[in-house]
Amino acid sequence: MSTRRFFAVALLVSLLVAGVASYYASAHPDGLEHVAEQAGFLHSAKDSAAADSPLADYQTSGLDDARISGGLAGVIGVVVMLVLSTVLFRLVRRRAPDDAHPARSHESEA
Amino acid sequence: MHVPDGFLDAPTSVATGVVAAAAVALSLRGSRRELDDRTAPMAGLVATFVFAAQMINFPVGAGTSGHLMGGALAAVLVGPWTAVLCLSVVLVVQSLLMADGGITALGTNIVLIGIVTVAVGWVVFVALRRVLPKRVGMVAPAAAVGALVSVPAAALVFTALFSVGGNVPVDLDAVLVAMLGWHTVIGLGEAVVTGLVVASVVAARPDLVHGARPLLAERELELRTGITT
Repeated sequence: MSTRRFFAVALLVSLLVAGVASYYASAHPDGLEHVAEQAGFLHSAKDSAAADSPLADYQTSGLDDARISGGLAGVIGVVVMLVLSTVLFRLVRRRAPDDAHPARSHESEA
Repeated sequence: MHVPDGFLDAPTSVATGVVAAAAVALSLRGSRRELDDRTAPMAGLVATFVFAAQMINFPVGAGTSGHLMGGALAAVLVGPWTAVLCLSVVLVVQSLLMADGGITALGTNIVLIGIVTVAVGWVVFVALRRVLPKRVGMVAPAAAVGALVSVPAAALVFTALFSVGGNVPVDLDAVLVAMLGWHTVIGLGEAVVTGLVVASVVAARPDLVHGARPLLAERELELRTGITT
């Protein structure tokens, strides 16, 4: 499989998981929430300062249809993740030797 | 296991924030060795996939659910330093955009989900790779076992943090037993998802799997020796 095709498939899978499959996820409390409730410290949880975010709790505010609201939030999340992480890892990566010092090669050209 | 604001007191949250910041700084240095022109886009996709997969809560019984954490998965696919960065980006986006996991608890969540699961998952994976047959087919099972162990390990560290800085005095032994019990079951789900995803990538492009590279290099050597004899 070509690298390009592999990356395209991985992105498509991520979009489908976040945008479509997420609707069918279990709505039950997760392990920590469940334990917190049983042990009696769930009430100490406070609303996050981001609780008013238009995408809070993976729902797009203003959209009533849960499938569309959740699906859109998932797709937006995937796009934000892809852009942020791609930029970060491009900056961090080891450069090929000839473009390791782009500033210097510019100087030598000048 | 995203910790909300309020579970842990301010000093504990500041301490985990400092640990998280130091780990991210170290990982920025360490990941240079793991990332090149080919693996940088792979790392971006792994972070994106982990974000998507974390939206899928699977039921684990008694009205409880769990979802992939992805630390072991990311470590095996792109290397442990890069994995810490992947999970940190996921947790920042979840916390700020989706209000999933508190903002003052961001350091705590990076420690639990971004550092503990990556470190434990990777150490278990490397130990298994050493003792298992030196075949690429062993990468996915080893990753699955690393994933299985990583989840209760994070639950253990949460309980330790809660014993130091929990805002509500509760029976800690009961919390420990319940956290380990539930997260062992969730760990089974983590193992299944991690095993399947790693197996798929190994089948399609083994060269893109960080944890498979020593085995691929060995296979190459064997092939070459085979030709010369």
